[in-house]
Amino acid sequence: MSEQTATAEQPEVDLLTPVLSRNWGDERAWKLTNYEHVGGYRALRKALQQTPDALVETVKASGLRGRGGAGFPTGMKWSFVPKDNPNPKYLVINADESEPGTCKDIPLMMASPHTLIEGAIISSYAIGAEFAFIYVRGEVLHVARRLQQAVREAYSAGYLGKNILGTGVNVDLVIHSGAGAYICGEETALLDSLEGRRGQPRLRPPFPAVAGLYASPTVINNVESIASVPCIIDNGADWFSSMGTEKSKGMTIYSLSGHVQRPGQFEAPMGITLRQLLELSGGIRAGHELKFWTPGGSSTPILTPEHIDLPLDYEGMAGAKSMLGTKALQCFDDTTSVVRTTLRWVEFYKHESCGKCTPCREGSWWLVQILMRLEAGHGEEGDIEKLLDLCDNIGGRSFCALADGAVACVTSAVQHFRDEFEQGFHTPAWELFPYQKSALFSLPTKEKAKEGAHR
Amino acid sequence: MTVTADSKNSGAEVTPREDLVTLTVDGIEVSVPKGTLVIRAAELVGTAIPRFCDHPLLDPVGACRQCLVDIPDAGNGRGFPKPQASCTIEVAPGMVVNTQVSSPVAKKAQEGMLEFLLMNHPLDCPICDKGGECPLQNQSVANGAAESRYEGVKRTYPKPINISSQILLDRERCVLCARCTRFSEQVAGDPFIALVERGALQQVGIYEEQPFKSYFSGNTIQICPVGALTSAVYRFRSRPFDLVSTPSIAEHDACGAAIRVDHRRGEVMRRLAGDDPEVNEEWITDRDRFAFRSFRGSDRITQPLVRDGDVLRPASWPEAIDAVAAGLKKAGSQVGVLTGGRLTRENAYGYAKFARAVLGTNSIDFRSRPSSAEETDFLAHAVAGTGLGVTYRDLENASAVLLVDLEPEEEAGTIFLRLRKAHRKNGLKVSTLAPYLTNGGAKMGARLVATVPGTEAEVLASLPGGEVELDGRSVILVGERASSAPGALTAALDLAGRTGARLAWVPRRAGDRGALEAGCLPGLLPGGRTVADASARIDTQTTWAVNSLPAEPGLTADAMLAQAAKGELALVVAGVEPGDFADPDAVRTGLEEASFLVSLEARISEVTERADVVLPVALMEQQAGSFVNWEGRERSFDAVLPDRTTMTDLRVLAALADALGSDLGVRTAPAAAAELAELGVWDGGRAAAPSTSLGERPSTPLGERSSGVGTTGGDERKLVLATWRQMIDASRSNDGEEALQGTAHAVVARVGKRTAQDLDLGASVRVSTAAGSLEFDLVVVPDMVDGVVWIPTNAPGRSVTEHLRAVAGDLVSVTTSSPGIQEQAEEGEGA
Repeated sequence: MSEQTATAEQPEVDLLTPVLSRNWGDERAWKLTNYEHVGGYRALRKALQQTPDALVETVKASGLRGRGGAGFPTGMKWSFVPKDNPNPKYLVINADESEPGTCKDIPLMMASPHTLIEGAIISSYAIGAEFAFIYVRGEVLHVARRLQQAVREAYSAGYLGKNILGTGVNVDLVIHSGAGAYICGEETALLDSLEGRRGQPRLRPPFPAVAGLYASPTVINNVESIASVPCIIDNGADWFSSMGTEKSKGMTIYSLSGHVQRPGQFEAPMGITLRQLLELSGGIRAGHELKFWTPGGSSTPILTPEHIDLPLDYEGMAGAKSMLGTKALQCFDDTTSVVRTTLRWVEFYKHESCGKCTPCREGSWWLVQILMRLEAGHGEEGDIEKLLDLCDNIGGRSFCALADGAVACVTSAVQHFRDEFEQGFHTPAWELFPYQKSALFSLPTKEKAKEGAHR
Repeated sequence: MTVTADSKNSGAEVTPREDLVTLTVDGIEVSVPKGTLVIRAAELVGTAIPRFCDHPLLDPVGACRQCLVDIPDAGNGRGFPKPQASCTIEVAPGMVVNTQVSSPVAKKAQEGMLEFLLMNHPLDCPICDKGGECPLQNQSVANGAAESRYEGVKRTYPKPINISSQILLDRERCVLCARCTRFSEQVAGDPFIALVERGALQQVGIYEEQPFKSYFSGNTIQICPVGALTSAVYRFRSRPFDLVSTPSIAEHDACGAAIRVDHRRGEVMRRLAGDDPEVNEEWITDRDRFAFRSFRGSDRITQPLVRDGDVLRPASWPEAIDAVAAGLKKAGSQVGVLTGGRLTRENAYGYAKFARAVLGTNSIDFRSRPSSAEETDFLAHAVAGTGLGVTYRDLENASAVLLVDLEPEEEAGTIFLRLRKAHRKNGLKVSTLAPYLTNGGAKMGARLVATVPGTEAEVLASLPGGEVELDGRSVILVGERASSAPGALTAALDLAGRTGARLAWVPRRAGDRGALEAGCLPGLLPGGRTVADASARIDTQTTWAVNSLPAEPGLTADAMLAQAAKGELALVVAGVEPGDFADPDAVRTGLEEASFLVSLEARISEVTERADVVLPVALMEQQAGSFVNWEGRERSFDAVLPDRTTMTDLRVLAALADALGSDLGVRTAPAAAAELAELGVWDGGRAAAPSTSLGERPSTPLGERSSGVGTTGGDERKLVLATWRQMIDASRSNDGEEALQGTAHAVVARVGKRTAQDLDLGASVRVSTAAGSLEFDLVVVPDMVDGVVWIPTNAPGRSVTEHLRAVAGDLVSVTTSSPGIQEQAEEGEGA
């Protein structure tokens, strides 16, 4: 793995708050015994002493908000589950991490799967679910295997299954691999996929809390949200809410990627700035400057160096007309073509559009064609206006939020770098920004390949 | 909005709805029932919001996004920040909706959506079947921008691919609204097509192991909002604007489905579903849609034929009429009339009157199929002259429906769809007396009341019980096949009497109920009057202006044919096929040995071949008339292609009456309908209920009957035969419809698991009686009642009557003809 955990090497402990990532650098941190050595499953024992309602209250009081991007208060989501519904209740954990730039859940599950499993058990107990599912992105088979191994360990240790730790609580946990569709990260498409159908978003209402998996009350949470539950139960809601900003509480994992010296995951309190994170990661690669960045993956509108001091929390990003998203900070330096980057992103959304609704399906197909022209320097007068108008006809008109993400990068790129798009009327992007200059490493030739591509 | 009572329909009370919700659409206040979707509320103020995926009879999906509207106030003082799909949002009190009419945001959103839909849509409207009646075309003109800004490369696919023998898919025209897939899944219960792939490459796909063999697949063509789905037979045959459309009624079953017949230059080009919310809603069966050419081929009889030794030679109408008159005069009252079940009510009335008033006989029977004396009594007592009884709406709102010897998917498609809808929407509990739970039964959520054919009476006597609960809101639907089960009809009447459930009889043919109402039974005059009742006879002869009517009971069809076989009876026969009777050879003998045989037919048949005189009659589309469907609902229609050169049955009969020195009194369908109306429904005494006691057996031909389940007859084990007709089979009205035939259900034999083991049955079996044998692939059905084998009645080349001379309930031998057992697939008979 190329990520560097901040704890192992960074001295600036005042800025970083490693909680979820605390044990990532440990020897075989993913083994149950090693997890237990650092206090693992202590929170579960505490939780099982309490009533489910008390747990929901604790999570509510902690101010934990969904770490999957939307930032909905987790405790409130749990309290929406109707108590009088006769159907079984389900917990579904969204581990379909597929957003370009986002890389927090997969390292977490790889390094410390038991953190998530412990959170899953506590959360299931809190909402009254006896079945929980982790829906893992299909491409990361190694992560699914690690989770399955950890689940087996947890069953053997009596943390999962019937009568957990003799308390009479039952939770079964199933690891389910997706089949390679970004749309399945959308919670209702995920449910369809989990039920064995083709993953496409469902019409709401009914909302999953009322009729989700198998038409039963279902809570769907992001991996990081659920993984944050054990530390809240262990240390208390006040401990958690003492971190972060007024409305964005707690610590969270920021993922830096792109043209930074030391990319990786940095666990810090909500509200840290990109400037601070760049300092922690050694800054933009030598000899270059930050040109633009995403605060939370490719679905969040891009920002520029002028936003570098904004707090990276839900409100701070909304104030800059962007979104915190998954806190995936993709940083691009001055060698990067905005047009090319935008095209690559939109190509991704075109490829991943599920096809259910018209604007996303057809709009992304069209956007790609215009952006390809602009990249090749074959753009025409009016293309930018057309691009923006198409985005206006796509964004906010689609069935789910996928298309909103697809147009966010286009509109924000044009907003901040319109001149670069205008240059696409006459000059190819590869002439303006020779692509090899923005590559972090050159493609291996035959000799170099022997030495290994990664230095 | 005000609702005015329909003066013609004053019987139906208009009760004001109490659950009305008032909202404002485009500045106009409107009150609609709670739960109404915004898109329909807008229709009430006169705003047609463009739409593709939305269909009132399908569940909302919100996929095409064409119907976006602006909702500045959702009824709670807060608006939606983004335009909303009006096809998925329910109205709320105080809601404010601005459509494209009043909101620039909605207008732009809709124009943008149409631009997106058109960018990958080919501009092949000039050669597209849908061009001219295309919602995409129409809405592009009404709601789209004048020009597209799309300058890129369109998504293309190879031109049409067959998704069934009947349906072609043009993927590049598809706007992916999912109407077809939702119809198949939700309405028909045949999810054999689904959207596959993703993004702009998403497309309608089929699954190799479950081909798109749905009896209702043609509806997908009709609801496709573009020309993506086309009919293999109709494709490129005509342009919508060259067609003349006439509403009509489907003639392939007793459901009375409304259809629309489109013709061009004197030829019917296609048929579509009509929109009749009380009957078939907007759906029809594929047979009603696609099977309409079988009588229009080279075997159409275009002029009278008169027998000259061994050959039938063309003759003039006067010569042929004279020949018939001479033959019938010679026969005197020793004449029988077989009408079959295909006639309109007016034509049937012509025959009923002709038999009584002109020929002086009560020997008339419409049943060209296995029948029984018990059935004759049942029909006279419980069905004839009862008017509109149980309706489709009653089925939908019933507390429970019990099916007796009726397989709606195969025999009455519209009933099937309505029962499935009621099951889906209202949780209707359907129970079915059958040997196994068919795929069609499963789609209606039916529970099986396992029944060995022939023992229906005993099973009915044990009801209600188990999971079958019946009350005053329940309905018992009895199929015409119940006539082969002794005591079944009596037991059904008894069950209805005991529980208060309502009973309806469902015949298979479109003309059956009308013939019954017209008096085409030996003991029945029009309107449910019994021949035996002197006052009913006098009432009838007054209207008919005749001096007397025959009082002695006539012969049933089987008895007539037996009499004719002795050369003692002349026969007047319309639309009858020997193969439909339990013993076809006996019918042929009767026809051949009849002292005189007149055939009124449209097409060369086994009857015309044996006739002394053949008189050609008009086709369905050439005449006006009506059918009476199973509900007792009169379904009248006008001529689609009026043709003064063809003679209707009624006209021919009138001419024959003239030649015989009588007057039929009616020559046209309207006149016959008027006279029927004048006669009205008999308000005097009704026929007595059938009194067949259990075990008493009607005269069924030849077949060996069982005295119990799994009886051993001699040294080989025998099984009880279960059989019914499949919708698409060897019926003559499907002739030549190869594309339609390609979607027929599998022709197989079915037995239960234990029976298959006991008899050590292999992959294919031979079903035999003393009369012959038939071979079928075997499917083992786990929950099928033991001791029974099911085979289709009239599979192509494998007719139960022709080859086995058997009816349901008879004993047959079943032996292995090749080894290796196969289990029934999960989804049943798709293969």
